[in-house]
Amino acid sequence: MSADRIVIVGASLAGFRAAEELRALGHEGSITVVGDEPHLPYDRPPLSKQVLAGSRPPEATALGASSGSIEDLGLDWRLSTSATALDLAERIVLLGGGERLPYNGLVIATGASPRRLPGTDHLAGVHTLRTLDDCLAIRSVLQAGPRRVAVVGAGFIGAEVAATCRGLGIEVSLIEALPVPLERGLGPQMGAVMADLHRDHGVDVRLGVGVVLIDGSDRAERVRLTDGSVLDVDLVVVGIGVSPNTGWLDGSGLTIDNGVLCDATCLAAPGVVAAGDVARWPNPLFDEVMRVEHWDNAIAMGAHAARTLLAVPGTAESFAPVPWFWSDQYDRKVQLAGRAGADDLVEVVSGSVEDRRFVAFYGRGGRVVGVLGMNQPAKVMRWRSMIEDRVSWDDALAAAGSSE
Amino acid sequence: MRVVVDYDLCESNALCMQAAPEVFEVRDDDFLYVLQDEPAEDLRAKVEEAVRRCPKQAITIEG
Repeated sequence: MSADRIVIVGASLAGFRAAEELRALGHEGSITVVGDEPHLPYDRPPLSKQVLAGSRPPEATALGASSGSIEDLGLDWRLSTSATALDLAERIVLLGGGERLPYNGLVIATGASPRRLPGTDHLAGVHTLRTLDDCLAIRSVLQAGPRRVAVVGAGFIGAEVAATCRGLGIEVSLIEALPVPLERGLGPQMGAVMADLHRDHGVDVRLGVGVVLIDGSDRAERVRLTDGSVLDVDLVVVGIGVSPNTGWLDGSGLTIDNGVLCDATCLAAPGVVAAGDVARWPNPLFDEVMRVEHWDNAIAMGAHAARTLLAVPGTAESFAPVPWFWSDQYDRKVQLAGRAGADDLVEVVSGSVEDRRFVAFYGRGGRVVGVLGMNQPAKVMRWRSMIEDRVSWDDALAAAGSSE
Repeated sequence: MRVVVDYDLCESNALCMQAAPEVFEVRDDDFLYVLQDEPAEDLRAKVEEAVRRCPKQAITIEG
């Protein structure tokens, strides 16, 4: 495509890596990057860990180019600016200030926003964690020495916040509506392992209970739970999932269904690709239409979407990755390659759960679909290829057993 | 091209090994070993991918 004007909406990881790939592929035309935050692209994973703990300065999260400097990329940044609408027919992105940005090629990388607890908007001290500014707001409360922090939702963000608070010596209650933490992400068996990890570190883990009400005069003081218990708190961090940022695309003609629906090549419409948390696409490797919120996927998908955008129509390749993520909690590193669901077979193939150092396989439809590791990064990466190669469940177990 | 790893940042996530196995190896002791400090130029694209995919931003290329 002779796209001289490319617009990227979303100035975080997926959008930034798309911009880098466009330049690496030789695109010499303009690239305008629209981002609603005031910051240049930065790295979000440390926001629930080192930056929140105060052990790493916020400016250390700035993302760099993979070679040379970010200035060398020649990007036209529109920060503190939201896209409000898309005119597909005219190929124009409308900005909050009324400006109209014409494009030949468009990358949609607007990410996702944390869900909020209904009825808490009037209270100070109830936070979600997504942006650098969110992180600094929570950090300032942590530095003031709160009596107790309630973390609502034991997903990965909530679990990491709980771990960071314990590292600072702060009392934490981790509240999860499901019977085990991370059930959707890791299934019940491994979710239970994660619950034990937090209990070992002194977290007050409350499972199978919901929040009835957070009350206080002007800031959060008490959390009332569905089992009748009441927690006195100075801070509530809510981590109950995210919603893809697609509101600005309503009425655009793109298919919006839990994200921007793309084809297997990341193409959402002619001249329009999507990547990262906002994008949903059929991953041929898993025969599943997926939306992946992982850091690593934002990088891979941003670059892939850029390649699709510049490809001759009809020649773009499918995006068929093995998703991968990590989570650092206490001194444990959890990594998952592939998929893991509540109904999958689960088998520990190396190490032991008791030692908190192990690898487990997830199986579905007769093949291995997931490799979960706790403090076993080399093995996770080595065995990840079995997912890509569609190795059968029995062969995967045999291969893991024989390499021990 | 010279590969520099900041071992204060590195946490052996092993993404670099996936991207450029000729240059990076995380062994079962969970430490990263750089197999070639100055890899040949034809490995540059792979090493740049390792730089991008490192969750800790611990790898840089000099030259």
